[in-house]
Amino acid sequence: MRKTILYTLLSIAALVMFFPILYAFSVSFMTSEDILNRQVIPSAPTLDNYRGVLESVPILHYLMNSFIVASTATLGMLIVSALAAFIFAFIPFKGRQAVFLLFISTLLIPWEATMIPNFLTIQSLGWMNNYLALTVPFFALAFGTFLLRQHFKTVPHELYEAAQVEGLSHFQFFYKVVVPYAKTSFVTLGIFGFLTTWNMYLWPLLVTTNDTVRTVQIGLRRLQADEVATNWGLVMAGVVLVIIPTLILLAAGQKQLQKGLTKGAIK
Amino acid sequence: MKQAEELPHRVKSVQEAVERYRVPSAKSVWQKSRNYRLALLYLLPSLVLFGVFMFYPMIYSLYLSFFFTDAQGSPALFVGLENYAYLWESASFRRSVIVTLLFVAMTVPAGVVLALFLALIANEKLRGIGFFRTIFASTLGMSVAASAVIWLFMFHPTAGILNAMLLGLNLPALSWLQDSTMALVSIAITTVWMNTGFSFLILLGGLQNIDEHLYESARIDGAGYFYQLRRITVPMLSPTLFFIITISFINAFQSFGQVDILTGGGPAEATNLIIYSIYREAFIYYQFGPASAMAIVLFAAVLVLTLLQFKFGERKVHYQ
Repeated sequence: MRKTILYTLLSIAALVMFFPILYAFSVSFMTSEDILNRQVIPSAPTLDNYRGVLESVPILHYLMNSFIVASTATLGMLIVSALAAFIFAFIPFKGRQAVFLLFISTLLIPWEATMIPNFLTIQSLGWMNNYLALTVPFFALAFGTFLLRQHFKTVPHELYEAAQVEGLSHFQFFYKVVVPYAKTSFVTLGIFGFLTTWNMYLWPLLVTTNDTVRTVQIGLRRLQADEVATNWGLVMAGVVLVIIPTLILLAAGQKQLQKGLTKGAIK
Repeated sequence: MKQAEELPHRVKSVQEAVERYRVPSAKSVWQKSRNYRLALLYLLPSLVLFGVFMFYPMIYSLYLSFFFTDAQGSPALFVGLENYAYLWESASFRRSVIVTLLFVAMTVPAGVVLALFLALIANEKLRGIGFFRTIFASTLGMSVAASAVIWLFMFHPTAGILNAMLLGLNLPALSWLQDSTMALVSIAITTVWMNTGFSFLILLGGLQNIDEHLYESARIDGAGYFYQLRRITVPMLSPTLFFIITISFINAFQSFGQVDILTGGGPAEATNLIIYSIYREAFIYYQFGPASAMAIVLFAAVLVLTLLQFKFGERKVHYQ
């Protein structure tokens, strides 16, 4: 009885929540007649929309850009956060608490409140339409530093002793012992970083004025503006191409992400 | 040193050991400063980046907000608080603040309740539950651009599936994005849907951290499902809930992409949320002074919210 109720609730909820995504997939395979007739399932599935979207906008180029931006930003985020986390976990010095507070204080600054000066900075550095503008500002991340520090602090004392016996330097201890030990937190932060940078919208809109480094999110906006009046199937094919990478990543890393984010949220 | 030989088994982590066995010693200045040099080296990337892209722009925003700027965005004329006075008197800005607050009122409670409901039903130990969890979390992988474009199509007055459904139920069709009240509701629906994945995942994690024994003893005492929900689940989950409420508030304040794609702030500024209004002022009208003043107002609002979270969130964590 209880099980039946639960399964019913779960199924209804899943259907409602997932409907927009399923619908986007479905429309992307529809002919224009199907779309006009407001079909839910394509009567004669076709790949024309995908062919069309590949021809009408440089979507593969945008995807490539997004991939470069998201991977670089993620990698940078992991390295910069890990270095800072290492100090906060292992190297005591007078004033460390104050520096830690400085890191915390960045959580109080909404990114949008700084976008005007940041835009001016990027202009004066000559980074407009450059990958640097889309990646470097996101390398330092207080949340990432805390997440890694939490995990670094659990490194067993024996490992530290063993490292000293072996005569490892701090840096060797860092990358030979600590990094492999906290692998799961790196994975969590990596997934999180990739998802957020892949999905960025406002910043790429500001710092890209042509197609050279434009990411797929902004490409989608252009596609939508150009094609909406005429061809929804084509726009949805574009949407599907954009969401597939992150949906796969999420499905693969969901458990990991949940554990990691919860730790970050509660601690 | 002697201490170290006696107690190694009690030490669980390097952090603990470092703190416990730290002894003041008479080393040379070079040796003493070793940790400083190391810390500086490792912290430098973060500190430089925070400085350039967080602290400096925050201060510069404040600075710009006291100036009129020229077309390149450089401060041209000091005007004191005039930009703030201008905002205070601007009907458009006041409208934007009201719309943002209305938007918060629409999205935060609905979003939290929906995510909590999903987390509760997904926290049961059932066959295939992992599948449902993945579905519920899926919107976390959806970008704002993709989500907004899908909903734009669903909201379409004639081709949209939502109006088709309404007509199928013999209800009148709605002008989702063309009517000034409905437009804000439509953006709120899109936003709640987009943010549910994240809230769900965090709340599910919070639920899984609650000690199973609490429920066992409650069941022995014959407590029903809703009694357990009210007396165990919600109180034990309160730190996580509080965190999610704060994040939802901040997300609502920061909504931009869905407005840009769905309505462009219209009709008649009915969906001109604060970030969109900053964006328009700065990057369409090139009024960097007033736009910076708006950014400072936004910063103040988010600051107050986050401090409240720290204050009350901390207190609630204690009885966990």
